[in-house]
Amino acid sequence: MSANSSTKNSPPKIGAAQTRLLKQLCNACAVSGDEREVRDIVLEQVRPYANKVQVDALGNVLVTKLSQSRSRKKRLQVMLAAHMDEIGFMLTHHDGDGIFRFDTVGGIDVRQLAGKPVWVGREHIPGVIGAKPIHLTTSNERKNTISLDSLRIDIGLGGSSKVKVGDQATFATAYRRVGPSLIAKALDDRLGVATLIELVKYAPDNIDLMAAFTVQEEVGLRGAQVAAYAFNPDLGIAIDSTPAMDLPGWEGEIEGEENSYYNTMLDSGPAIYLADNATLADPRLVRHLVDTAERARIPYQFRQPGGGGTDAGAIHRSRAGVPSISISIPGRYPHTAAGIARLSDWKNTLTLLHTALSTMTPGLLSTDR
Amino acid sequence: MTELLPLLKSLITTPGLSGYETPIRKVIEAVWQPITDELSVSPLGSLHGLKNGVGSEPRPTILIAAHMDAIGLMVTSIVDGFLRVTEVGGLDARVLPGQLVTVHGKQDLPGVIVQPPAHLLPAAVRKGPVPLKFLLVDTGLRPQRINRLVRIGDLISFSQEPIQLQSDTLAGRSLDNRASVAALTLCLEELQSRNHAWDIWAVATTREEEGLGGAKTSAFQLRPDLAIAVDVTWGKSPGTPEHKTFPLDKGPTLGWGPNIHPGLHRAFKQVAENLEIPYAVEVMPGHSGTDAFSIQVATEGIPTMVVTIPLRYMHTPVEVVALKDIQRAARLLSEFIANLDIDFMNKLSLDMPS
Repeated sequence: MSANSSTKNSPPKIGAAQTRLLKQLCNACAVSGDEREVRDIVLEQVRPYANKVQVDALGNVLVTKLSQSRSRKKRLQVMLAAHMDEIGFMLTHHDGDGIFRFDTVGGIDVRQLAGKPVWVGREHIPGVIGAKPIHLTTSNERKNTISLDSLRIDIGLGGSSKVKVGDQATFATAYRRVGPSLIAKALDDRLGVATLIELVKYAPDNIDLMAAFTVQEEVGLRGAQVAAYAFNPDLGIAIDSTPAMDLPGWEGEIEGEENSYYNTMLDSGPAIYLADNATLADPRLVRHLVDTAERARIPYQFRQPGGGGTDAGAIHRSRAGVPSISISIPGRYPHTAAGIARLSDWKNTLTLLHTALSTMTPGLLSTDR
Repeated sequence: MTELLPLLKSLITTPGLSGYETPIRKVIEAVWQPITDELSVSPLGSLHGLKNGVGSEPRPTILIAAHMDAIGLMVTSIVDGFLRVTEVGGLDARVLPGQLVTVHGKQDLPGVIVQPPAHLLPAAVRKGPVPLKFLLVDTGLRPQRINRLVRIGDLISFSQEPIQLQSDTLAGRSLDNRASVAALTLCLEELQSRNHAWDIWAVATTREEEGLGGAKTSAFQLRPDLAIAVDVTWGKSPGTPEHKTFPLDKGPTLGWGPNIHPGLHRAFKQVAENLEIPYAVEVMPGHSGTDAFSIQVATEGIPTMVVTIPLRYMHTPVEVVALKDIQRAARLLSEFIANLDIDFMNKLSLDMPS
């Protein structure tokens, strides 16, 4: 119970223990629909710190951490959501001899699949998605994308009794730390999960914190929808990872044109949402986050308004409506075998969230929009 | 006896792109040192290992060649901390996005090959496969550090770690052609306890993936009486043509075609049948796609044979091989060599009945 006696007002730090936990979370496999492996890690982490921990019908982990203040003043009930699930694959047919057809789960560019190792099933049985040798392709063939229909997962001759149709698979990329960066699969949204675990452990005392570690975000924000109904919070914040598209353009054809659509940039701090395809962020929450960041001199950026969506899309439409916003850790190459994010952006996101939560009062929601 | 799996893992995880084979050559040197009588390096970097025979001098010589070079990438420019690259050896750009690599800069840097978002690409390549010249390598390091550590021409190797799949199959990078280097090594080991009349030149060749330069020059320098190129062939896998591919774990293939001496082919077949080693005949109607193509026409011409090991997903970082096929190829080679009579050349004929 040491955390209960720790100082609630200084933001938690990200050190070796936190990066170790992130590594464990990223290397775990939790394709939408079977999030057990990540859920088990989350439960183990949050149980000692929570007033109530519940696993709901879909597999969401719902954690309540009430303020310990004896004051009778109304406190905000704040829902924070981070999704446990990741994109991946599901085996759909055994062609025989250890070779399986598969389908994708969540949004995956099929051009990212050929030639990749995968982990299949709960025991992480290794397999590979092969590709026809270049020598046996024609130059015309190479102009076409290798279709999902022609790709297979190969687990080796004869197959295994541990792998069957219906099993899920993920890219088999081992987490690693490189200079200022983290390279891993599923940084979307294990960064968010790791952040939320720290917020549960170091929950500010001025609010009642309701943490939802959600399922099935990648297949339609389905976990968050029922979690928000169950919590019935005053406001909601989704903690996610959003694409950083801060790459150079091709100069030959986009001559002199700046990359003006980058969504977010690495090293520029947490990305505060204004609008995506699923949510218009509540202006009072935007203001609160921005004011907090500026007062505390925490770097931040606005996620460029545009497509995409987070659990906030489901939360803000829950019941009679929940003022909501998203805040994301920027990450390059999400939904591929290997994403890249910066440790500094993760740290600044945790600091901004903790500081912003620590200064939230019910008055926040009575101000004008 | 060297264990095959650890040997193979160490061979495939050592860099050595075509033209830059020094790291892998050093590993092979260390492995071959105790099982050869003499080691030397050719002007183009091929490793020559001599194992003396017991016949009376001058002894005939046989060259067994396996190329040790690997395919990979080379840095062509550095833009805002990202690397643009070109290929070393034949790569299908469609397998590249998302691959883990090692950039051999002033120090080895991990990185990822990435496909930029569509709106950052020319309109013509937004939808289909993105050609290599538009792909980037991201090391996760900031631009000023990259500019200090990496320069144009630096090499990039795939860094996919070996993966043990079911039934003693191994997936990984550079199994083309380190699987054959492993077979050569096992063959040399088996010959330690055999009396062989002929001198053997085991050669790990360079530059096979870019013009067969190593094999051509080593064959010239060593002037063997016979030569065998050991390489990989296309393993049967989803979507590949039945008639050009060979099942894994059903033995090596014996090449047949204009690059191959028909008498040698028949002699190999005989050995395989005597030992009951399963094999397939691989028809190679033109260029065999192996070192044999250049060895055959070295000096006055050399009777040459091709033995191959089936390999799935060739030229991707997840090539798959059956360990048993490597052992079978090694056994076939050592048995053939041990059985060579001192006067084999006098009996070798283009017109031996099939």
